[in-house]
Amino acid sequence: MSTTISRPPARGSRRRRSSTTDRGFNRVFRWIAVGAGATILAVLAAVALFLISEAWPAIMASPEELASGVPRYPEDTSLLGYLGPLVYGTILAAVLALVIAVPVSMGIALFISHYAPRRLSQLLGALVDLLAAIPSVIYGLWGFFTLAPVLTPFWLWLNDNLGWFPFWGGQASPTGRSMATVGIVLAIMILPIITAVSREVFLQTPRLHEEAALALGATRWEVVRTAVLPFGRSGVISASMLGLGRALGETMAVLMILSPGFTYSLDILAAGQHQTIAAYIAADFPESTGLGVNTLIAAGLALFVITLAVNMAARWVVARRKDFSGAN
Amino acid sequence: MERLVNLSRFTRAGSAVAVGVLALSLAACGSDPEPADATGDETTEASESGDDMEGGLSGTLSGGGASSQEAAMNAWRAGFQQANPEATVNYDPVGSGGGRTGFGDGSYAFAGSDAALDDEELAAAEAQCGEGGVIEFPGYVSPVAVAFNLEGVDSLNMSPETIANVFLGEITTWDDEAIAADNPDADLPSTAITVVHRSDESGTTENFEDYLYSAAGDVWTTEPSGVWPVDGQESAQGTSGVVGAAQAGEGTITYADASQIADLGTVAVGVGGDFVEYSAEAAAEVVAQSPRTEGTSEYVYTIELERDIEGTYPIVLVSYSLACTTYADENTAELVKGFLGYLASEEGQQAAADAAGSAPLSDTIRQAVLPGIESISVG
Repeated sequence: MSTTISRPPARGSRRRRSSTTDRGFNRVFRWIAVGAGATILAVLAAVALFLISEAWPAIMASPEELASGVPRYPEDTSLLGYLGPLVYGTILAAVLALVIAVPVSMGIALFISHYAPRRLSQLLGALVDLLAAIPSVIYGLWGFFTLAPVLTPFWLWLNDNLGWFPFWGGQASPTGRSMATVGIVLAIMILPIITAVSREVFLQTPRLHEEAALALGATRWEVVRTAVLPFGRSGVISASMLGLGRALGETMAVLMILSPGFTYSLDILAAGQHQTIAAYIAADFPESTGLGVNTLIAAGLALFVITLAVNMAARWVVARRKDFSGAN
Repeated sequence: MERLVNLSRFTRAGSAVAVGVLALSLAACGSDPEPADATGDETTEASESGDDMEGGLSGTLSGGGASSQEAAMNAWRAGFQQANPEATVNYDPVGSGGGRTGFGDGSYAFAGSDAALDDEELAAAEAQCGEGGVIEFPGYVSPVAVAFNLEGVDSLNMSPETIANVFLGEITTWDDEAIAADNPDADLPSTAITVVHRSDESGTTENFEDYLYSAAGDVWTTEPSGVWPVDGQESAQGTSGVVGAAQAGEGTITYADASQIADLGTVAVGVGGDFVEYSAEAAAEVVAQSPRTEGTSEYVYTIELERDIEGTYPIVLVSYSLACTTYADENTAELVKGFLGYLASEEGQQAAADAAGSAPLSDTIRQAVLPGIESISVG
């Protein structure tokens, strides 16, 4: 314990340096940046506070009060029991979209980054970004008027021939306005985000890794498998989470396409089985008053919590893989 | 060197994130439901008097209430403002309940409501308008059609019981005996029936349920509410939604505002042993022939809708117009008088029929309510 603690001389010099350089616009800009950073926290806190305070009456209300005050609220159901199918529907829609979108996006991203000729890849990249700029209401209209009728025969065929598979059972909707169609539209909507981020990540695979793989006699596919994919894994995961976030909160397209219902059904081809939180809020808000609005906001709170949880899980996954992914 | 590479990598990753964020924010813009009405902000202003012009009326008149009346109200506003270029009429489609409350507390000079004022609301309105000073009449009558999409069939006869069974999901195919019995000439396929109902809470749903409840009470036993009571059926958002969904599927059946059903086939509804095809006249007739509610004050013309008068079309949405006979402000009184006078006039009713497909007010009711509107004054 006799070791003398030597104060690092750097400290004084650092302070002097900061005091000499932190002046004028430098200081102003520091405060602007701090303010901008704080705004994020303030907005997030304000939203959370609003959700909790407005949802509170619904959380505290008894099932009887809710049943009498909220339209379509069934008798003898707790608020959690009521919101459960909505949470399930929301997650089902997002997961379906993700399952379809991630492989396709990775394919597009790999094609753009490693297979396509330079010109084509630039054009494709721009087109994918353009896809992201289409408003969701357009996707909704397109899904409602075009995609659903086109997919209907295919869904009916699946239902007739492969109905034993859990997801394709039940009574398939003759209008195609089911969770399966919604999943496809949502997948198309989140495709650009996942593709754009994955592409950028794949492009940053160290040239040396790829060349080393090629030097060892690897084929194109082996280069992708051994050098590009491991390097880009965490990037693809965070891209998927960005996509998942959008799919979870998507309102307009779901509202227009899905024929809603409140069950835990697996039958994604059937009508009137599922509903997402966002679409539920948008559908019921116009005619709601009092406790009805509180219940809608309680559903919004649930969505907020889910989105937050997804984001945190994504951060955790990315942080865990950071050390050995080679991305940093 | 390493540093430089890192830097450029971060900028590229940054741009990728920026693309993602941009896409997200665009998505957020797209997913906002549209505000119900662009004039919503202005209607909260109290009615203010403007400069009196010689000839036409002037100033701003604010009302609100049932969203079902919105399309007709737009026609009335346009017609009235054309005749009185200095006047502005605002209508906030907040819903019937909001309209009655707003009328009761005086924030709306006039209001629209899909239901008549109940005793409590009437008391509030009389406190606002003065004793016996409430005007209430069915200014907007909208027929609801039962429409279906079935290859080669344009019209079908159905009794109220059959309709209720179809919408309950008890009758599942189009060649069911109950349907075939009423349609001996029709060539009915064995297509499955797909019911499409409104997924949102809606006055049309409530009205249609009320019809089934009163005309086929043995079959349809759930109390009417704005929310469809049968689970697991196909549904869609709004009138355009159900019509679109019905058109998209084969063998679908739905209920919708009669003016909006496009090329779908319609059901001729069984009334007192006969079948009545939808028409604006037949719909107006049911309102004209239903008895007036007894014991109301002079200018409150509410009706007890009877769904089984022979020769009339029974599935109608009756929406009331509300006003006071006296207003504190002279200009407001003149504006309400002019506007309601136009609304109840043949010309105004025709404008609503053209714009919203409503059934015009009968002469009997017009004669009963016009004196009330004429008597609107400052008090």
